[in-house]
Amino acid sequence: MTAAVQAATLSRLRLDPLGVLLSAAGAAALMLLPFVLVKANRIVPGDPHAFGEVLPAWGALACEAALLLSAVVALGVADARVRLAAALLGVVALALAVAAAGDALTPPGNKVVRIAPGAAFWVLLVALGLMATDATTRLRPGPGLRVLFLAVSFGVIGLVLAHGTFDNLSVMREYAVNATRFAHEARRHVWLALGSLGAAVVVGLPLGILCHRVPRLRPGVLGVLNVIQTIPAIALFGILMAPLGALATALPWAGELGIRGIGAAPAAVALFLYSLLPIVANTVAGLKRVSRAAVEAARGMGMTPWQVLSGVELILALPVILTGIRVVLVQNIGMVTIAALIGGGGLGTFVFQGIGQTAIDLVLLGAIPIVALAFCAAVLLDALVEVMDRART
Amino acid sequence: MITIESLTKVYGTTTVVDDVSMAVERNSITAIVGTSGSGKSTLLRMINRLVEPTAGRVLLEGSDTRNEPAHLLRRRIGYVIQGHGLFPHRTVAENIATVPRLLGWQPARIRARVEELLRVFQLDPGAYAAAFPHQLSGGQQQRVGVARALAAEPAVLLMDEPFGALDPIIRAKAQEDLLDIQRRFGTTIVLVTHDMDEAFRLGGQVAVMSAGRLLQYDRPAVLLTRPADPFVSRLTGVADRALKLLSLTTAGEAALPGGCEGPQVAASVSLREVLSELVWSGARAAAVLGADGTPSGHLTVAAILARGRP
Repeated sequence: MTAAVQAATLSRLRLDPLGVLLSAAGAAALMLLPFVLVKANRIVPGDPHAFGEVLPAWGALACEAALLLSAVVALGVADARVRLAAALLGVVALALAVAAAGDALTPPGNKVVRIAPGAAFWVLLVALGLMATDATTRLRPGPGLRVLFLAVSFGVIGLVLAHGTFDNLSVMREYAVNATRFAHEARRHVWLALGSLGAAVVVGLPLGILCHRVPRLRPGVLGVLNVIQTIPAIALFGILMAPLGALATALPWAGELGIRGIGAAPAAVALFLYSLLPIVANTVAGLKRVSRAAVEAARGMGMTPWQVLSGVELILALPVILTGIRVVLVQNIGMVTIAALIGGGGLGTFVFQGIGQTAIDLVLLGAIPIVALAFCAAVLLDALVEVMDRART
Repeated sequence: MITIESLTKVYGTTTVVDDVSMAVERNSITAIVGTSGSGKSTLLRMINRLVEPTAGRVLLEGSDTRNEPAHLLRRRIGYVIQGHGLFPHRTVAENIATVPRLLGWQPARIRARVEELLRVFQLDPGAYAAAFPHQLSGGQQQRVGVARALAAEPAVLLMDEPFGALDPIIRAKAQEDLLDIQRRFGTTIVLVTHDMDEAFRLGGQVAVMSAGRLLQYDRPAVLLTRPADPFVSRLTGVADRALKLLSLTTAGEAALPGGCEGPQVAASVSLREVLSELVWSGARAAAVLGADGTPSGHLTVAAILARGRP
């Protein structure tokens, strides 16, 4: 009898399983882990400070209230719009709290002390991020709305950063020191990722069309590209050093163009080689998907071979080819990081410098923008693929 | 007029089409029938050079089809395939406008032609011009496929199993529509099918192919009464050949002078249907109605039966 009543009450409560997990993780992190770390300088380990210690009483209370509200919504509200709003509210509260902690703990005029967000901050950020992602997925926004959401988010983040809200936090301190280099390496990062993608499209698209037309070529070409994919990036850099070095020695003008055994050239070549497989394979798969009847009709009505290819086959294969390009772009943005190891530049420079100096803030200065870039590329290209696919099926 | 001279296609060691010669009259419907692998589709595709012949040639209005680039030739010849082959990324209007656009027609002329064709094929332009093929029913898609093939007013229309993907009721309607269209535009139609009934229903002339060879090419009645080869009578069917023969003649063609009592039939229905009506009603004769709806002649059971033998 009592058990039955309990079961009935529980089923009426209907706790959201993801909400339970995220709320529990957030609460545990807030109680057990440090919210911020105060470091005497950029390379020593920091002193942990809990949430309540670092904020003025009213501020801590307000932030806790906001986080509690997010947790309640995560647990018990099914409406995805409310869940998204609550998650965003939590993120804002968290960001303001950590910024306030930075301001409060930095002695005036001191440029040596570093205030870094602690484990509790990161756990809460991930939990709220998951909640927002989950809510967005449930809302199923159209491609246009997703891109708009992305643009607004980055616009807000950009404004907040420009305003200096987080200037007293460790990562922004590293940024302030490296601002000119950051812009340069970020540009280089994007150029390496996009450039190798562009070259792979220029070569891979015709290669894919050829493989589709001549099925005998397919196993050989895809096999070779598959083997290239299995070579670890560092090993591929090594393999490329000797021939590119020799090339630079043999042809001085090539060296002047920046083609050398180390630096951006081997990185770009390696990324290009890695990019080929997804592009070629998806071009072949996309062309194979095109209705044979449509191609037959196109030829039968008097389209030239070029008109059939450009006006029917490639357009109908485009969503699949774009999916390949999306894979390559996201993969490249991540892999350019390693280019820094051989002097190729890019945001990886900060990551490896930071590791070398045990300056974790410098690592984050490189890593956070890389993640953001990959995320942007994924959202933008997913939206593009969806728009293309919707128009055609 | 299409003249096919000693057309042969060899793939490796297999001869798919073996020395076929035939002439297709202007403004007629010719059906090519055969089992799968008989070479009938290859023969059709050699007319618009989707397949290049190994030997022999095709003349269109007396001029060799190899005298111009293949894609220019194909723009003058309509082409309809099984499963319509509509472009899924283009609207119905854009699909129909394909060949006129390739030919560089003025936009206003294209628009007018698309609208005319949609009306001819009983598709309201307001509702369907901007629709995508996947929003249409199977029968509508097939109609758009034929409209697209006729867009640039070709003198010749080639159709490869055009109704193969349709269910029986829609197929019967599509066949009827095709006969109307042929009468309206006077297009010369060559149609490939494996369905003998379809061939008899549509084809003024029927070509029977087997293993790459043209076995017989004649009017349907001749195929039934004087088959040139055992395979032809196997394909046309022996058991119901008398009824098939009756279905090739209309009541108007066979009517005897003078009216009579009994059921009334239209002049356009086939003798097979008149006979069925007489069997059903138990009458011995039927009155045949002229175009004005008044009796213009009559048909007796005996007169009908006499038409059912060679």
